[in-house]
Amino acid sequence: MWNWIQRFSSPKYFYAMSAALIPWFAISALLIGVYGLYLGLFVAPTDYQQGESYRIIFVHVPAAWMSLFIYMVMAISAGIGLIWQIRLADMVAAASAPIGASFTFLALVTGMLWGKPMWGAYWVWDARLTSELILLFLYFGYMALQSAIEDQRSADKASGLLAIVGVVNIPIIHYSVEWWNTLHQGATVTKFDKPSMHIDMLIPLLLMAVAFKLFYAAVVLVRTRNEALYRDRNRRWVRELIERM
Amino acid sequence: MFNAFSHLLIRDLRLALRNRHELANPLIFFVLVVSLFPLAVTPTPDALRAMAPGVIWVSALLAVLLSLDRLFKQDYEDGSLDQLMLSPNPLMILVLAKVLAHWLLTGLPLVIIAPLLGLFMSLPMEAVNVLIYSLLLGTPVLSLVGAIGVSLTVAVNRGGVLLSLIILPLYIPILIFGANAVDVAADGMPVRGQLLFLGAVLALALSLAPLATAVALRITASR
Repeated sequence: MWNWIQRFSSPKYFYAMSAALIPWFAISALLIGVYGLYLGLFVAPTDYQQGESYRIIFVHVPAAWMSLFIYMVMAISAGIGLIWQIRLADMVAAASAPIGASFTFLALVTGMLWGKPMWGAYWVWDARLTSELILLFLYFGYMALQSAIEDQRSADKASGLLAIVGVVNIPIIHYSVEWWNTLHQGATVTKFDKPSMHIDMLIPLLLMAVAFKLFYAAVVLVRTRNEALYRDRNRRWVRELIERM
Repeated sequence: MFNAFSHLLIRDLRLALRNRHELANPLIFFVLVVSLFPLAVTPTPDALRAMAPGVIWVSALLAVLLSLDRLFKQDYEDGSLDQLMLSPNPLMILVLAKVLAHWLLTGLPLVIIAPLLGLFMSLPMEAVNVLIYSLLLGTPVLSLVGAIGVSLTVAVNRGGVLLSLIILPLYIPILIFGANAVDVAADGMPVRGQLLFLGAVLALALSLAPLATAVALRITASR
């Protein structure tokens, strides 16, 4: 079992296998994404309260989901790298961080664009926006630590530990921010009656979520391949690869 | 094990007391930063009272942050950190001793001087009491969580900004509940919930942070 894992998680094997997977993820992400956007932008009914501008949720909500999901992936693979010393897991964690930060940023920007017509201001210290902002800071901290330490092994271990500490903290941060907000201003602007979602709105939303996940899978594979090539640049398998080209 | 704990604690305290001027620096910084706000914003008592909890808590947080360096830097440079890790005692316990020493030297003085700052910012008396309680519960968490950050960055050149970048987001819950407790107390409302939350976070940090710090120190040492 252990040998098996070792073999399949070697960067060389991963590099060879992942090439075949990327097009599948990329193409299905594109197809599902286009179809989901079509349903979301043209087919889904107009919201009776928010009009047309609610349609940004088809990007905003999946992006926000991804921001948390990728942090979890990052922390779990960093944990695997830390405990079982699997280099590929460290590479996945390092490759995920910029993607997660981008999704967090996307969620923030779309949230701000939505906030302008809805709340009348681009930025409101709403509990969810605030915890998303803090999540962005956590990503930045991870990436800063990763790049500050020169030795790759200890950079992975140190930033991996930070990611795990962050995961323990995320629920605490999330709930304290939520509590802080409700104490401060209560249900004025941020809460309005949320009618349970119409099925024609729910389907595009879920499709977009699936498309975002597939997109992440494709991008993380590409980035991990780069990471593998770069880190193993002095190993034989990369040299052989270059010579064959 | 308890022997090692108390020896290390006494050693750290003695080292710090031999270097007294450095000891006062975070404290002076704390008072200085708080007194910038009346100058920068407005000295009217009502406005000061409104912003006092946040200002005092943020300043305390920054003062602790700046003093975190002291926790492991010197030991890392002169090699005694490696000796600590070679000792047969659990590293967690040793970390706990060092963090306790750090808190006694920076956190506790902040708590003691806080009432003065409460007067500066024209906080009512009940709020000053709550300020003391909240700092008493909150500053140990700042030291405990900060220890994780320092042990990760102690070997990094110019790690100061990096340290604040990775630690400040983790401090946010403490800031929220600490400042909020004082704020609510100034309005004469009960603050039990906030203080209980701070206590709960302290218990959590006390049990998990030394573990993470020990792992982080070993990562740093393996470099």
